[in-house]
Amino acid sequence: MYTRMFPRDLFAELERLQRDMQQAFDLSIRGGTRGGFPALNIGSTPKSVEIYAFAPGIDPAAIEVQIEKGVLTIAGERAEETLPEKATLHIGERFAGRFRRVITLPDDIDPNSATAKYRDGVLHISIARQETAIPRRIAIQ
Amino acid sequence: MTTAVEKTPAKSAQPEASLLPPVNVIEDANGITLTADLPGVPKDKLNLLVEADTLTIEGEVELPLPEGMESLHAEVNLPRYRRVFTLSKELDSDQVAAEFANGVLKLRIPKAAHAQPKRIEIRVE
Repeated sequence: MYTRMFPRDLFAELERLQRDMQQAFDLSIRGGTRGGFPALNIGSTPKSVEIYAFAPGIDPAAIEVQIEKGVLTIAGERAEETLPEKATLHIGERFAGRFRRVITLPDDIDPNSATAKYRDGVLHISIARQETAIPRRIAIQ
Repeated sequence: MTTAVEKTPAKSAQPEASLLPPVNVIEDANGITLTADLPGVPKDKLNLLVEADTLTIEGEVELPLPEGMESLHAEVNLPRYRRVFTLSKELDSDQVAAEFANGVLKLRIPKAAHAQPKRIEIRVE
């Protein structure tokens, strides 16, 4: 009766929709930090989970990649550009400082199988799924 | 009979959707240093264009994607970067030097000789 007298207005409805959309993109309880550094793309194949971290201009040896209890952490630091004397910074958009991103991995991955490669400023981490998790076609005799 | 309905918008004028790469621009006495983040762009897919007073930076993203991969989450959701800058007159666009490594582009645009800072002598009479 009450709700019928006060129908949900369009703006409230839009706001709810927007919240739902954001929710759908969130990675985990640690926050779906879109716009964080490095930017992340995540893909899945029947055999593996593929993670791409867009971290340009970093010494790969200084990036820390760790899997612990099904959680993948990518951390490191990107040095600030040194400003020469008497120089002016007109635009400063590039990320500088320490970074850390955390991804909850699916349960069926094999953490020992992870490989990481750094090319053209992208860190590509590939983690195989456990053999038993790979869907298998069963032949009917 | 001619109609006035033939005005279709020019489709080709619209560039393809692209990502805006973050940049730093630092100016010193002798020129400008521009640094841009273009992760995922191999050297041969980077395109730099200086035309009259515009500088265009373009790059295509190339990632090693395993066959049959399904995207679960994408923050880099377009395969292309593009950013255009207007250069001012005192910059010498013929002398642009570029370096590209690990997805970071570094451009050095010197100021033209006549635009270099000159100390003006004050004569006291």
